[in-house]
Amino acid sequence: MIYIRLLYEFFKVGLFAIGGGLATLPFLQNLSVKYPEWFSMEQLMNMVAVSESTPGPMGVNMATYVGFTTGKVLGGICATLGLITPSVIIIIIVASIFEKFKNSKTVERVFYGIRPASMGLIAAAGFLVIKEALLNIPLFMENRMITDLFRLKSVIFFVILYIAYTKFKKHPIFYIALSAAAGIIIRF
Amino acid sequence: MKELLKLYILFAKMGSVCFGGGYAMLPILERELVQNRGWCTKEELIDYYAIGQCTPGVIAVNTSTFIGHKLKGIPGGIAATLGFVTPSVIIISVLATILEYATSLPVVGYAFSGIRICVCVLIVSATVNLWKSAIKDKLGVGIFIVVFVLSALLGISPIIVVVLSGALGYAVSRARESDKK
Repeated sequence: MIYIRLLYEFFKVGLFAIGGGLATLPFLQNLSVKYPEWFSMEQLMNMVAVSESTPGPMGVNMATYVGFTTGKVLGGICATLGLITPSVIIIIIVASIFEKFKNSKTVERVFYGIRPASMGLIAAAGFLVIKEALLNIPLFMENRMITDLFRLKSVIFFVILYIAYTKFKKHPIFYIALSAAAGIIIRF
Repeated sequence: MKELLKLYILFAKMGSVCFGGGYAMLPILERELVQNRGWCTKEELIDYYAIGQCTPGVIAVNTSTFIGHKLKGIPGGIAATLGFVTPSVIIISVLATILEYATSLPVVGYAFSGIRICVCVLIVSATVNLWKSAIKDKLGVGIFIVVFVLSALLGISPIIVVVLSGALGYAVSRARESDKK
């Protein structure tokens, strides 16, 4: 039953994705490999863009989107409920031992290892996304020409956009709109 | 019951104006909860937010549960969290329905070909920004590299990564502390 499966899979995401924002991305990539019929990597990237451009926390938006793509409205609701259930349970426990938790050595020690790992996961998710968007590996494998490896127009646009993003620090939605326009004109 | 409904509606309202979650959420929470209602102090809010960051799950959801729980116990925590995610579920469901039909239009396809490059930019810059706060020493760099390779090239499950790195962090910092003694 798809709804139970969504609840279960997103419960796991909620339990192990730590750090907010893009932290759920590596887990969702993993899901798209495990259940290829649910959604593709390309769809996942579109979901990231839509989730960044709409109100609400990224992780919740992504869960609803994946759930909706897989099982319509009820699927979206189940995925979201799955995602937030571990949070609710854990926070209610933590709240009752708040002072102890705040000063806990154990928590500090565990997070000493998890923080860099969580960064590594996000970077790896980024690498997979970049591989799809900026590199043309099939063409490179065919011709063995390093110049065929990069999608040149895309790489140039990426560099310009990255510089603009770090320099002007406007809201992501601004750059997403800009890139949509660029995509329509340039057709990457 | 009426109080819970109020809590639900307030958090739904905040969820519908809060873009991107994370830090974007703090000023909104501060205005609604600290300044307008006096339901908690600014210090408490920052504490809850810090805990939301170092517990599993989406930070904004964790913080909502925390505040709701403080105000009205377990039902409060549940009401606040459900309220906070309701706008997301509605907005995304509507948008996803529209986009499902729209992506068959060539022009939308081209737009998304540009947007996907922007998503790369967002992910790379998020990684760069987080680097300083997450990676503090050589062991951190080592964990980062190993996890990156395991995850990007071998596709190992992120759950295994999180569990193992947590255990490693615990073991290493414990061993260091006993060395000092």
